[in-house]
Amino acid sequence: MVHYLLFFIFAALAVAGAINLLAQKHPIASALSLIVVMGSLAGEYMLLGAEFVAVIQVIVYAGAIMVLFVFVIMLLNAGVEERSGRGSRVAVIFGFPAMLALGILLAWALIERNPANAPVGVGAMYGPARSIAQQLFRPYLLPFEITSVLILIAIMGAVVLARRED
Amino acid sequence: MVPLSYYLVLSAVLFACGVAGFLIKRNIITIFMSIELMLNAVNLSFVAFAAQWKLLDGQVFVFFVMVVAAAESAVGLAIIIAVFRTRQTLNVDRVNLLKL
Repeated sequence: MVHYLLFFIFAALAVAGAINLLAQKHPIASALSLIVVMGSLAGEYMLLGAEFVAVIQVIVYAGAIMVLFVFVIMLLNAGVEERSGRGSRVAVIFGFPAMLALGILLAWALIERNPANAPVGVGAMYGPARSIAQQLFRPYLLPFEITSVLILIAIMGAVVLARRED
Repeated sequence: MVPLSYYLVLSAVLFACGVAGFLIKRNIITIFMSIELMLNAVNLSFVAFAAQWKLLDGQVFVFFVMVVAAAESAVGLAIIIAVFRTRQTLNVDRVNLLKL
């Protein structure tokens, strides 16, 4: 019961943050609502027993990546978003009802017709950092090493792209 | 005991919000944040399936997705800074020429 309650609290926070991201005009407000979404997703990961993922979600996503976003928003002095032109009428008439219908259909299919509708063992805490590390450094060693090359390339690319051309 | 499908529905809703933001927003930074929202939604699916089948591979994949997302956001924000230097705008409707 407590798990259901926590799930719905975090889910409501995440969806509210996602909708607020769409509704806000200023990029800083959107960034702050994205941080709310990421924090509540960290709560959902904790409920699923993925404690390592929850912690790096907070550290990497809500910490590092969002700091980068906020930094760039402030660096570029981004103001209120300007609307250019009107949206298409076809999108308003057909698009939103179609999206709603598709969403309802998808939710119905996932909830009612899902053969694997077994309950998730919440709070089992089977994903600690130790077992993740054993996975990461034995079967996934090669992809793990490749990501280090990827990050090196990304660092160099970011430096080259953001450099002032004199 | 929360069923798996609830997590999948939440993930689908967040992904749909990300797609909608990608389509309707005009600020390039907000569009980029919508992409991050979509990546987060997929991560939730990964972790939910990993918990369902008691396999850690899903969580390892989430780790890789986070690494790639971090690299992507660093490069993407550098591109945004470069675009802003040349165009003096963040509106994607005004960034419609390959060459100045």
